[in-house]
Amino acid sequence: MGDLYKEYMDKLPARVMQELKEYLPGSVSQSKLRQVLDKTVEEYEESKAAPGECIGNVSAESIGEPGTQMTLNTFHFAGVAEMNVTVGLPRIIEILDGRKELSTPSMEIYLNKPYSQGKDIKKLALSVKETLFNDIAVEFLINIVDLSITIVLDRGQMKSVGLIPSTVVNAMKKQTKGYIVKADSNEIILKSRSKDVNLNNLYNTKEKLKKVHLKGIKGVKQVLPVKRGDEFMIITAGSNLKEILRLDFVDSSRTVTNNVFEIANVLGIEAARQAIINEVFGVIENQGLNVDIRHIMLVADTMCTTSVIKGITRYGVVSEKSSVLARASFETPIKHIINAALVGEIDFLESVVENIMINQPVPVGTGLPTLVTKVK
Amino acid sequence: MAEEEKETKQEEIAQEEAVQEKEVQEKVRIEEPEPVVSKRVGSIQFSVFSPKKIKKMSAAKIVTPELYDKEGYPVDGGLMDIRLGVIDPGLKCKTCGSKLKECAGHFGYIELARPVVHIKFVNLILSLLKSTCRGCGRVLIPENKIAKAKNELDSIERESGIEARRKHIRIIISNLKTINKCPHCKSKQMKITLEKPTTFLEAEKRVNPIEIRVRLEKIPDDDVFLFGMNPKYIRPEWMVQTVMAIPPVTMRPSITLESGERSEDDLTHKLGDIVRINQRLFENINAGAPEIIIEDLWDLLQYHITTFFDNSVAQLPPARHRSGQPLKTITERIKSKEGRIRHNLAGKRTNFSARTVISPDPMLKLNEVGVPRIMAMKLTLPERVNEWNVEYLKKFVEKGPTEYPGANYVIRPDGKKKKITDETKEASLEELQPGYTVERHLLDGDIALFNRQPSLHRMSMMCHRIRVLPGKTLRLNPAVCHPYNADFDGDEMNLHIPQTEEARTEAEILMEVQTQLISPRYGLSVIGCVQDAISGNYILTKMLNFSREDAVDVLIHSGVTDFSNLSRKEKISGREVFSALLPSDFNFTGHSKFRDDKGNDRVVITNGKLIEGVMDRNNLGEGSGLLLRNIHKRYGKEFTIQLIGNIFRLGIEVLLRHGFTSALSDTDLPEDAKNKVREVLDNARHDVDNLIAQFKEGKLDAFPGKTDAETLELKILELLNKARNAAGELVTNFADKNSHTMIMALSGARGNLINLAQMAACVGQQALRGRRIDKGYHGRTLSCYRKGDLRPDARGFIGHGFKDGLQPAQFFFGAMTGRDSLMDTALRTPKSGYLYRRLANAMQDLKVEYDYTVRDASGKIIQFAYGEDGIDVSKSEKGTINVKRIAKTVGAK
Repeated sequence: MGDLYKEYMDKLPARVMQELKEYLPGSVSQSKLRQVLDKTVEEYEESKAAPGECIGNVSAESIGEPGTQMTLNTFHFAGVAEMNVTVGLPRIIEILDGRKELSTPSMEIYLNKPYSQGKDIKKLALSVKETLFNDIAVEFLINIVDLSITIVLDRGQMKSVGLIPSTVVNAMKKQTKGYIVKADSNEIILKSRSKDVNLNNLYNTKEKLKKVHLKGIKGVKQVLPVKRGDEFMIITAGSNLKEILRLDFVDSSRTVTNNVFEIANVLGIEAARQAIINEVFGVIENQGLNVDIRHIMLVADTMCTTSVIKGITRYGVVSEKSSVLARASFETPIKHIINAALVGEIDFLESVVENIMINQPVPVGTGLPTLVTKVK
Repeated sequence: MAEEEKETKQEEIAQEEAVQEKEVQEKVRIEEPEPVVSKRVGSIQFSVFSPKKIKKMSAAKIVTPELYDKEGYPVDGGLMDIRLGVIDPGLKCKTCGSKLKECAGHFGYIELARPVVHIKFVNLILSLLKSTCRGCGRVLIPENKIAKAKNELDSIERESGIEARRKHIRIIISNLKTINKCPHCKSKQMKITLEKPTTFLEAEKRVNPIEIRVRLEKIPDDDVFLFGMNPKYIRPEWMVQTVMAIPPVTMRPSITLESGERSEDDLTHKLGDIVRINQRLFENINAGAPEIIIEDLWDLLQYHITTFFDNSVAQLPPARHRSGQPLKTITERIKSKEGRIRHNLAGKRTNFSARTVISPDPMLKLNEVGVPRIMAMKLTLPERVNEWNVEYLKKFVEKGPTEYPGANYVIRPDGKKKKITDETKEASLEELQPGYTVERHLLDGDIALFNRQPSLHRMSMMCHRIRVLPGKTLRLNPAVCHPYNADFDGDEMNLHIPQTEEARTEAEILMEVQTQLISPRYGLSVIGCVQDAISGNYILTKMLNFSREDAVDVLIHSGVTDFSNLSRKEKISGREVFSALLPSDFNFTGHSKFRDDKGNDRVVITNGKLIEGVMDRNNLGEGSGLLLRNIHKRYGKEFTIQLIGNIFRLGIEVLLRHGFTSALSDTDLPEDAKNKVREVLDNARHDVDNLIAQFKEGKLDAFPGKTDAETLELKILELLNKARNAAGELVTNFADKNSHTMIMALSGARGNLINLAQMAACVGQQALRGRRIDKGYHGRTLSCYRKGDLRPDARGFIGHGFKDGLQPAQFFFGAMTGRDSLMDTALRTPKSGYLYRRLANAMQDLKVEYDYTVRDASGKIIQFAYGEDGIDVSKSEKGTINVKRIAKTVGAK
């Protein structure tokens, strides 16, 4: 039986094979199975995309058309005020643009065994959350007379994130060279060692101090422990995949971020491609629309073929086109024509728009096959 | 002939690109030139015209700004010189001897008195001047490091494009320590800056274009390569113009106004300025005028030439008409949506097309389009005369253009087109013989393309067969509304008549409605029953019974002629009537939207008989369920389209006989239901009040990570939603399941239960951006509420049904959300439109190759198999191969 399946391995896609195996009872007779497999192969061959099919346009249509039906409502509340998630059309645009800075970066952190049952979940979540100096200070005061900065600490806040004054002071000392740091029970006073400090300088130091990183993982602005199914996990606002994956309580095989570029950097381009597919497909499904995953795959593949993520913009995918006229017909035509002239670029008229421009048949679909014949 | 065609093609393109000083060359890839084979443009090369080339290709030297002499005849050596082509009927081109429309025009040139910088190359000139020696012209990189720099630059160009390369060359040079000395000739370098737009300064002193040109000339070819330029196609010094090409008159035609006055094109105006200033500059130089005057004129010349190429340079005031409106010069002509490229080259206009309002006609077949007779008499179809159809075609010519199945034109074999009129009719009839072509009126069954904008997917343009009908609108079967996204509230649609045999076959095979049944987006039918057709079939299969006579009558009226499937009983149930449409060997199991009291939603069809379940949106509607998909797979597209048409008409026919109206009384609630609804809402209000009280006392348990106020909002929202749902449920339970409004909602024909509840009981919470309404006055939504009032009514909760009527404040809240959703749509359309345009542009050249890989135009592989398995979604069943069905048909399970 297994042999028979193996025989058809090359003729059928793995998913269809899998479905067959699952659906058919193990007791099915050899001849019946062969019949089924033959019929499946026949149908598979019939439903293959025909050579010349302009699949790119079909995919563009399939994503562009439902785009008109998507909502623009940017936010979907997932709990805390900062924990918004961009959904709908803006999110799709964000992904396909290939933007490096997302409007709402976020992560889903899965945990390893004892913790995924809920052990220390709050503590873990808190340990991941980034604490900046600003978060534990009540106020920053600048003493204009003796040119010093006084910082009043919030003890309660410090306790809740689990920080003690000495670590805070140590972290600060690293960041503020040239200052004398004096720590009180509730206050930290900074004074410059050198004589010639002006107010401007002091102000800059103060602003820099606010951003001193004390604890947690950089970029993770907010955490929310949740229970999904019968498993505990952490959802974050802000993302830092590289550092999170290093943590030993994190299930690194399932933890994801919604920042595609980060995935490309940490896990590689193939992972990024899959991430693009997942993200776009997720948004479309979330909107209750029906788009086949193949179309999204094709978009993701065009974005990723050059081994870096290129957005669907004039700087990204379109700038990679081999044809001058195709690029010029998109945006900034003058720039493309001039640059083409400087290197004496040749347009071989191999794709669609160029041929439309000069009124020639387009080399896709029925325009692809050519017939050479001698006319007597 | 071949040569000629090549010429014209070249000229056409030259009109577009050469004005940008590009040389357009062409290589025609044809092995054996044969008279019958038409030429194809093989490739187009871009480059910059050298001054020499400009002179060589020019037909005339332009020396005077005057356009016409006293008789209105173009002046020799003027801008409208007839050596540059002709735009007046009757005149002949002096260069090629062709008449208007035959001659594509020829370039001319003017000799500039002083050289002038080309605005489009200013940045490149700056980069060249900065990076090369002012003495010897070499790049400021030592000989031994040039090779390394070249590799570095090449790799940068590959990664981030040619512009990055030019930027990087500066970085390389500034990284070398020998900044101020040329590594080749040791001469001292000075700082060069650009004072925008076109003035170059070296150490605060102006460098005039003559000097710039001299320096650029000195740059050796080998160094030019470093800048990402190819000296074969552009030498740096060509970027400072000494001669200027004058575009042919054909690309700047003048318009003759009604008064007989001539109105010249913007470009001609601009060129006139250039020539005039140039002449003055010449005269002043020859007369030995003081340097200041010459400099001023030179700057003026620079200004005019700059604005000739680009009239929207940031630092320059745009050149204007006398009326004050800015001139449209070359750059403005090419770029943007209304520019040459997107408007004229990538988008074309057609003849033989029509457009009017559409209206529905369910008696048409799905693949038919009703065309008004007036249209059918204006739109024509060319038919070739041969010995077998002469008599047939003569009948059309005989009727002429005014009687319906007539003809408008006769085309002779030499291409002469003759209009058929009462006078010429006889002559045309006489001379008609094989080889002629008759442009006859449209007939039933001719092929047309039908389209509605926005054409978002390929089903927005489908091929229909013409039915000539009385009336003045285009008509279509309402079942095909969905793929076009059309309705009949005044929508207009376009009709195109393919004119060649090839176009017609292609339209028929690839675009006809039945070929587009299965959506390439999700692999299900995009055409199905809508609205009344769904209600009708729902009623039919759920509750109706007929006598045999009535059943036959209904079926006849819905287009069925074969009653062999109908049972012989005297009483025939609705299901049996429906089953009469189905093929007798069809089996199907699925689910309906409707659930009976036990929650059963199964639909079973065995041997072409609907045994169980009802027909509703889930099985008949577009984009849902596998019923239509299975029929399509098994019986083919022709049968499916026929079946959908029949089911549609059956539904409507049944509804027509049964009677259907959505009455106001459908939303009536019995007294006790009303009380219950009121009770539910009152309770909710009371609960909210309690919450608010708790909040004010600070006793509210906040959700983790949220403030008390946020928690309160969430809790209130939850409560009110529950109340609305409870009210909705009450309405559903008390409403008569067989009232027509309910039938519509339950069958999925139109509307849903929420709409019903909103009418009957409670509209519910109005939300803005996922929150209750909190905008408006300071601390309150409307001035009739107290500040800080958090109660439902003050924050946009509408506790009345539409039928009861709304209070002014409630109405206002409704208007707020209504406006919000209008804005949402208005903002979304251009955004998604742009996304679509980008996607289409990026992926238009991807196609499946003969080896089933997906590649782009340059042959780069994008995917090894389309969608990883090569399956075309429009040939799949919801994106997969249905193994269950296969297994069942084979009998393995």
